[in-house]
Amino acid sequence: MLADLGMGSLEDLFAHVPKEIRLQRPLALEKGRSEFEVREWFSGMARRNSAARRDLVIFAGGGAYDHDLSSAARALGGQSAFVTAYTPYQPEVSQGVLQALFEYQTLVARIFGTDVANASLYDGAAALVEAVNLAVGATGSSRVIASGGVNPAYLETLATFGAGRSLELEVAATDEREATAWGAPSGQAAAVVVGYPNYFGTIEDVAEARTVANDLGALLVVVADPVALGLLEAPGALGADIVVGEGQSLGIPLSFGGPYLGLFGASTRYLRLIPGRLVGETVDADGRTAFVTTLRTREQDIRRERATSNVCTNQTLMAIQAAIHLSWLGKEGYQEVSRRCYNAAHYLASRLETIGLRVSSAPFFREFVVELPIPAEAVRSRLFDQGFLAGLAVRGRPNHLLLTATEAHTREEIDRFSDLIAKEI
Amino acid sequence: MPVTGDHAGGRASSAPLVGRESEPTIFELSVPGRLAYYARSTGVPEWPASEIGAHLRREPAELPEVSERDLVAHFTRLAARNYSVDVGSYPLGSCTMKYNPKFADEVAEMEGISRVHPGTPERAIQGWLEILSSLESYICTITGMAAATLQPPAGAAGELTGLLLMKAYHRSKKRDPRKVLIPDSAHGTNPASVTLAGFEAVTVPSGPDGLVSVEALRSLIDGDIAGIMLTNPNTLGLFETKIVEILELVHGVDGLAYYDGANLNAIVGVVRPGDMGFDIVHSNLHKTFATPHGGGGPGAGPVAVAEKLVRFLPGPLVRRETGGDLRWHYPEESIGRVHGFYGNAVVLARALAFMRYLGGEGLKRMSELAVLNANWLRWRIQDSYTIPYGGVCMHEFVASASSIKKSSGVRALDIAKSLLEEGFHAPTVYFPLVVEEALMFEPTETESPQTLAGLADSLIRLAVIASENPELLAERPLRTPVRRLDEARAARKPVLTEDQRTAAPSAS
Repeated sequence: MLADLGMGSLEDLFAHVPKEIRLQRPLALEKGRSEFEVREWFSGMARRNSAARRDLVIFAGGGAYDHDLSSAARALGGQSAFVTAYTPYQPEVSQGVLQALFEYQTLVARIFGTDVANASLYDGAAALVEAVNLAVGATGSSRVIASGGVNPAYLETLATFGAGRSLELEVAATDEREATAWGAPSGQAAAVVVGYPNYFGTIEDVAEARTVANDLGALLVVVADPVALGLLEAPGALGADIVVGEGQSLGIPLSFGGPYLGLFGASTRYLRLIPGRLVGETVDADGRTAFVTTLRTREQDIRRERATSNVCTNQTLMAIQAAIHLSWLGKEGYQEVSRRCYNAAHYLASRLETIGLRVSSAPFFREFVVELPIPAEAVRSRLFDQGFLAGLAVRGRPNHLLLTATEAHTREEIDRFSDLIAKEI
Repeated sequence: MPVTGDHAGGRASSAPLVGRESEPTIFELSVPGRLAYYARSTGVPEWPASEIGAHLRREPAELPEVSERDLVAHFTRLAARNYSVDVGSYPLGSCTMKYNPKFADEVAEMEGISRVHPGTPERAIQGWLEILSSLESYICTITGMAAATLQPPAGAAGELTGLLLMKAYHRSKKRDPRKVLIPDSAHGTNPASVTLAGFEAVTVPSGPDGLVSVEALRSLIDGDIAGIMLTNPNTLGLFETKIVEILELVHGVDGLAYYDGANLNAIVGVVRPGDMGFDIVHSNLHKTFATPHGGGGPGAGPVAVAEKLVRFLPGPLVRRETGGDLRWHYPEESIGRVHGFYGNAVVLARALAFMRYLGGEGLKRMSELAVLNANWLRWRIQDSYTIPYGGVCMHEFVASASSIKKSSGVRALDIAKSLLEEGFHAPTVYFPLVVEEALMFEPTETESPQTLAGLADSLIRLAVIASENPELLAERPLRTPVRRLDEARAARKPVLTEDQRTAAPSAS
């Protein structure tokens, strides 16, 4: 090959790269290893993650939940035709990914109760950022009123990216039952943001948030837990303009926080401002049904500096995984998982109340805040040694724990956990 | 038998593979009451839903009702209707569609990697922190930078993160420059990110050699320049040989230099962005470091920076305590987090697995072979297609169908679509914008000389058909799962969900 190019060595390919910047020594990295040795290195690392040992019972949520995952969904999502393709720029040979995304968009829109949904964003935090960007573009205002019950990591991400274009972010405090106290904000705003249920588990009054948004001429952005919507009314039916959420609960392993899945649904009023890919139906030259990415003029590669989003690569594989998982659950299973999460979390809360602890979140779905008489971190640490991930610390409240339970938890696990907590306090 | 539509219940047959039939949607396969779901026995008692009151869902979400067997048949058939790297060559320029080694899948699926909650105490995640710390060190060694955030979940997210770091740097010096320079050949994400970061994109024209025009750049330099964003090699696959001079001009007004790592696959172990003078570097791990593209994500776009910017990085970072344990660390002047957790962690682990597999020498050889393959493919097709820029190219090159179009009417699009019929994925078309009828090829290092020869033969054959029977190419592809689509129809009246589909008159 080199001879065809009139060259004598691989070095000749780089002869035009100025010498003074060329690396004159080998990269200071270890030498390569066989796959067996690399796998062994990672096995060693995996063993040092005692967090993953088989008997650890996880009562921590906060946007990442331990659910049962079916073998069928795992196997189907792992097919190399999905895993090793790229963005379906050539629809003639990408109908598998495109149709799976079309089905995903339908599932998300039906769960959220929105007209449409996009083909995914990076994660729940990114979906919120994009929703706010849309609202800013639609209203011309750069002021956002967000509930303090929204996941704090999402609010921090929103503040980080909002700094670019001077977003004015106001956070409304939460009250004694962990619900938003909106006060009476006046003036104009781009968006009102509320969690549903919120980070502390409380099922917020979305209708009230809608009224606040109306008073400010703002879009209502709901950050929803998709698993909750098997039991709770769809945010779209409650007046949300945009519904976003973290899709990890829809068949994606805990994965130390990623890759997860940003869910994004919206009213068709904002169709041309929706970020990310959209897949639509059309026909081919023979009149057969086919799918294609559409409304591409919204996107960064065409609109460039006038684009309202820079999203290119998103989380397609996770979206396909979610579509498969939701289809495995089906209409009945989806409602049942939701109900089972609700049952388990309430059973856990009732056991903790029996031993004299106070649960503040009300009404809650599958997550709640509980107050302990001693520092929560100490309890978390001691329970970890006994095989439990005892929830998450609550920022600024050292004696509080955020706990969750899902359909994967048994009564025996909940009883054992409650008994251990009783001994600690 | 209770069926509700033509396709309800599905048929576990291979018709969509061997025939010309579309695959029904999962919703069309649905039969009321059918179920794959099977929950564990937990013994958890039922809790009354009355507490939820007015927030109880009135109409259940209409999810499909299918058996596991039919679910598997459906998604397996969909997979069969999709091209992928595992099937064949995917020379999609600027996307670096290289082969993704299988052992990394096994790493990603280890329980100690995949079943870890992000809220776990630090002492129980020392393995994960070691993985992240090791990856940060590899990235810094490869790019010549001091530290890196691994949070950005894709290249575009990395760009925006880097630009916000640029903003924080200027603010720390009580400056507020507005403009970011971008060459006219840049990816669309660059100008979009610049706008989202609150800067103004200023386009730098290329010279006739396809490189940034230093003279034009000089005339754009003033005190309002926040920085410059460049890929090197650029999107034409050409190395910016005057890079040192270019960056000195920008640094001369205290601007910062951002390296877009989209094309990093050309230079690993050969030349480092840090040694060129860049201050901020993002790497697309799903390109250069072989994590699978997943049909359009997940990716990962870590951002590495020079020493003077470390204090602004998003937290948390992983740092070693004096006792040897790894801990989360939040830089004091951090711009704040850019991901809900720690980024696409499992993608990060896969990338590290690839780096450890190749090692220092292997990574350099990777780039050398990527450049060799691109140059050789270009050499093979240079008599059939216009090559607008001569000299040695790097890991990719741009050809043009402009002369073919002039003589036959056959467009770059027709060549791309016809290549699908030949069994290869198409190149990137109509990008970069500075080349007419652009066909952008990036063969990557993982394709054999025989594969490249086959690809070249197909391209040469298509050029011949273009001159002899151009109308044939306008029809192609004929034998792919579907033929060319009516994209205007999709955009005119968007049908984005099954519900919009059933509300509108049927497409077929």
